[in-house]
Amino acid sequence: MIRVDTLTKQFGEFTAVNQLSFTVAPGEVLGFLGPNGAGKSTTMKMLTGFLQPSAGQITIEGINVLTDAQQAQAIIGYLPEGAPAYGEMTVAAFLGFIADVRGYRGSEKQQRIDTVVAQVELQAVLHKRIETLSKGFTRRVGLAQALIHDPKVLILDEPTDGLDPNQKHQVRELIKGLAADKIVIISTHILEEVSAVCSRALIIADGRLLLDGKPHELEAQSRYHNAILIELESEQEDALDTLRSLEGVASVDELEENRCFMLFPQGGKLLMREVVRVLDEKQWPVENLHVEKGRLDDVFRQVTHEASAPVAAV
Amino acid sequence: MNSMINSVIKRELYSYFATPVAYVFILMFLVLAGVFTFYLGHFYERGQADLAAFFNFHPWLYLFFMPAIAMGLWSPERQLGTIELLMTLPISQWQAVVGKFVAAWLFAGLALVMTFPIWLTVAYLGDPDNGVILAGYVGSWLMAGSFLAIGSCMSVLTKNQIIAFILTVVVCFIFMVSGVPMVLDAFAWAPQWLIDFVAGLSFLTRFEAISRGVIDLRDLVYFAAMIGLWLYLTQWALQRSKHQ
Repeated sequence: MIRVDTLTKQFGEFTAVNQLSFTVAPGEVLGFLGPNGAGKSTTMKMLTGFLQPSAGQITIEGINVLTDAQQAQAIIGYLPEGAPAYGEMTVAAFLGFIADVRGYRGSEKQQRIDTVVAQVELQAVLHKRIETLSKGFTRRVGLAQALIHDPKVLILDEPTDGLDPNQKHQVRELIKGLAADKIVIISTHILEEVSAVCSRALIIADGRLLLDGKPHELEAQSRYHNAILIELESEQEDALDTLRSLEGVASVDELEENRCFMLFPQGGKLLMREVVRVLDEKQWPVENLHVEKGRLDDVFRQVTHEASAPVAAV
Repeated sequence: MNSMINSVIKRELYSYFATPVAYVFILMFLVLAGVFTFYLGHFYERGQADLAAFFNFHPWLYLFFMPAIAMGLWSPERQLGTIELLMTLPISQWQAVVGKFVAAWLFAGLALVMTFPIWLTVAYLGDPDNGVILAGYVGSWLMAGSFLAIGSCMSVLTKNQIIAFILTVVVCFIFMVSGVPMVLDAFAWAPQWLIDFVAGLSFLTRFEAISRGVIDLRDLVYFAAMIGLWLYLTQWALQRSKHQ
């Protein structure tokens, strides 16, 4: 269990994190979502004991991070932004150092290293110097060192940043495959990652918590939630007006004149029945019919734009 | 507690020798030590079976070489971001500070030990007092530690290795010359205890006695205290940056 209470961090005049409060339970994969400079990394730096907060409390599995940082760090696996590592060391030597610090010795140490190397597939580069590795491999080394002690809490700062789609997929599968009693916090601005991996998301902007909910709950906030895309094979003159007049339709966007339409429902209502009825009645040749779940980037922009709007208004 | 410090020491030493830097460093140190001893120190001309000519130059050798080691203790970590990795491992700040210092000190010790051919030379050519020479080496190593401890603190203060180097050289230089008549004259207005205190801060004065084989406990305590003080200040600076 992680409990964060009115966490605040000020750098001189600038408030990076503003009274952030949330809890995370075991089994949850929590996503920090937010624009650059929102305070996601700063929050993680405080969770892991790297920075001291200006105000507020952090408790991780009952340990007060502000007073007993080392104790908390023993059960946390942390991948800092950019996956820093000692470049002149080989992967094996580096993991050996981390395993040492984590308290492993002898055959158990070798076992732990072998396990994480297999988990993130580092066999090919085990004896290469880290500074010679590609971004993807460096990121994997960072993940390996975070996993090596099978920690209860995993805090990953932009774990898939700069990875190619295959590598992104691998990392996400890795995260999903972790044991159900772990707490995982990842920060990202890749929205599909939130849907793919997270069980819950916090949208953070300007240091403040704006939204807290499951991905599908956040999607439901989008104006695209339950919107219907209709693509017709041939142009239909009266299509736009007909669709506009349907019950429950808030508005219609004409994406291609007389051919392609996006129907927006009032209040996320289900329009399918009406749509099917009118399509059947009019006998229009339908090429494509699709229900949108809701676009997170839409919600994201909406919510974060609102947050910064008051400042702009001044 | 010990094992954490050992892990840090091991890692640091690995990094020293992972690149040619360590070998170049030791080589240059040995070459310069040799040049100073035999040419500038007129080792042969003196015709004496001791290593005074050798030890006399150590403070000046260290003034350049020790900051060169120390600048790499913390500045690169801050520059490259690995400090965030190090400080989020279950290692206390003190353990990290001590571990890095000891690794640097051992490395300096290695460079010192590698000068043994000079000892062999004087032992072959004459009949030196080996006890005096041994004392000289131990004292020199302690003094090297003082330089490194100052450098460690300067290194925490900046991301830029060059600034760390220059700061260290300046501070060490101040400590070196605080016993020189020219500096003490500037304190002519001060009470005697203050003049004595300033003079007592001088590396040169303290080391001079040791290099002649005079082991005064006060001199040893002085260097040990310097090391302790500057390591404490290193940790203090580190703690400050955590609160930013």
